[in-house]
Amino acid sequence: MVTEKKRQFLIFLIFALAALAAPFFLKGNYLLNVLVFVGINTMLAVGLNLLLGYAGQISLGHAAFFGMGAYISGIITARYPLEPFLIMALAALCVGVIAFVIGFPILKLKGHYLAMATLGFGIIMYIIFNETVDWTGGPSGLSGIPNLKIGALVFDNDWNNYYLVWIFTLAVMLLSINLSQSRIGRALRAIHDSEVAARVMGVNARILKVQIFTVSAVISAVAGSLYAHIMTFIAPASFGFNFSVELLTMIVIGGLGSIYGSFLGAVILTMLPEFLRVFQDFDIIIYGLMLILMTMFMPGGLISGIEAIARFIAAKFGRAKDDHAEA
Amino acid sequence: MLKLNGITKVFGGLTALEDVSFAVEAGSITGVIGPNGAGKTTLFNIVTGLYTQTTGSVILDRQDISFLETEKLAALGLVRTFQNVELFREMTVLENVMVGLHTKSKSGIFSCAFRLPGQMKEEKTIREKGREWLEFTGLGDLAETTAGSLPFGKGRLLEISRALAAQPKIILMDEPAAGLNSRETFELASLIRKIKDSGVTVVLVEHDMDLVMDVCQSIVVLNLGKKLAHGTPREIQENPEVISAYLGDG
Ligand SMILES: Nc1ncnc2c1ncn2[C@@H]1O[C@H](COP(=O)(O)OP(=O)(O)OP(=O)(O)O)[C@@H](O)[C@H]1O
Ligand SMILES: [Mg+2]
Repeated sequence: MVTEKKRQFLIFLIFALAALAAPFFLKGNYLLNVLVFVGINTMLAVGLNLLLGYAGQISLGHAAFFGMGAYISGIITARYPLEPFLIMALAALCVGVIAFVIGFPILKLKGHYLAMATLGFGIIMYIIFNETVDWTGGPSGLSGIPNLKIGALVFDNDWNNYYLVWIFTLAVMLLSINLSQSRIGRALRAIHDSEVAARVMGVNARILKVQIFTVSAVISAVAGSLYAHIMTFIAPASFGFNFSVELLTMIVIGGLGSIYGSFLGAVILTMLPEFLRVFQDFDIIIYGLMLILMTMFMPGGLISGIEAIARFIAAKFGRAKDDHAEA
Repeated sequence: MLKLNGITKVFGGLTALEDVSFAVEAGSITGVIGPNGAGKTTLFNIVTGLYTQTTGSVILDRQDISFLETEKLAALGLVRTFQNVELFREMTVLENVMVGLHTKSKSGIFSCAFRLPGQMKEEKTIREKGREWLEFTGLGDLAETTAGSLPFGKGRLLEISRALAAQPKIILMDEPAAGLNSRETFELASLIRKIKDSGVTVVLVEHDMDLVMDVCQSIVVLNLGKKLAHGTPREIQENPEVISAYLGDG
């Protein structure tokens, strides 16, 4: 239906305006800084959701693509006076090519085997970040990464960083929403539900899975580059197995196969540790617990609950109107 | 239209099909029958490239499709339905049929993400065509229903609608009447004739003998992986070998 598309676009417009207006209400607030990272995590969660929520292909190593983006940008711009935005594009390209190449053998695997292979990839990259000390600075990290700038505008405070990140995040969200409502989005969901039937209908599942894996990796790499330039310091700990699990938890909590669910999950998992001290000590246990509870009791994620409430309210209102019409 | 030449399929030690050959005439409804485990589904899996035959070849319209990948066949006009109903359960009925139109459109990941004008137009056509196919099979009212929540009979119909949306030359149906009540089976029979009348060749694997004898012009009988007989419904009904195979003393 055309109206459904219009409705989707309206929802996005409201969301985007709210996101762009938020800083005006949070001037000087510490929350603005947290929302910068909510933006980065939303981007990552949307990327992973395209792969897992839509195409149904798991990745337990997505933090590695995030790290590759961060390190490629970080290492080059910390050493050479090259245009960081250009290097960011280069990082995205490199990660895209790598994901495309490893995607073919890896995505032939299914279920547990795919989980294992992506887990292995994540671990290998984590070891590389740690061991290539000359390049990455090893476990003690890489410092001296410059901030991004456009002319005289330097992205070195929360306000500027917020807009920098959220312009990318909103773009990623919009493109992903478009994709999800197209023949490619349908083909991905078809692969998820029945790969044989999708193939019989002419969907080239093999290529499509690799394509969406690549797109997902590129989104993660861009998020990584932004992260490196905002932090100006990066260390392997941010790109390890724990973070891959955190991303997975975000989309399961928020809602598999939902772009706004990805945002919701990113908000929750970025905000909670800021306010709850226990989180920082037991994070992986709490993520595990959340994953189990959500899968058992709310497989559609929190977004499904919100949608149900919205439908309930809409139905109520609809009925109220009908009553008036009758009266 | 479709020709099978000496198809043999061995699974480990088990010979599921042995030297099966027959031809399906264009514009006909051909039945493939046989007791459980005779190899009917295996035959469909080989034709559609899900399994690779041990020996033998499959010819579609003079083109050798023996080793073509499954996803190439829809574009060549060959589609199928599944014995265990393979719907896209989380998607709506209309979206299921729209996936059936996948080969009738070509926008890539990039033009879809950026909503290029060509993609928008294509999307509109896909949606309209999808609705037309739902009208054809009588599922029009259920367009926005989630496929997974359809009653079983409607699910079978949806699978057929989705396959037809690819505008095939030939459709293979694996037990479309299994699980249907008698009224649904009756409606299925007229739908199958309607499909044939629209110029699509039909190959029908089915256990419901009344249905097979009613709609098929030609019937192939498989037993324990071998072709037992091939003929008109009348010839098959009178064939002593077929009778003994079905009575179980063959
Ligand atoms: N993937 C497989 N691996 C091993 N053996 C298989 C495989 N698929 C089918 N078989 C065997 O091949 C034989 C034929 O099976 P098939 O499913 O083709 O029978 P069918 O004629 O469709 O039976 P039904 O009427 O019960 O659907 C059976 O003995 C079955 O166990
Ligand atoms: Mg079978």
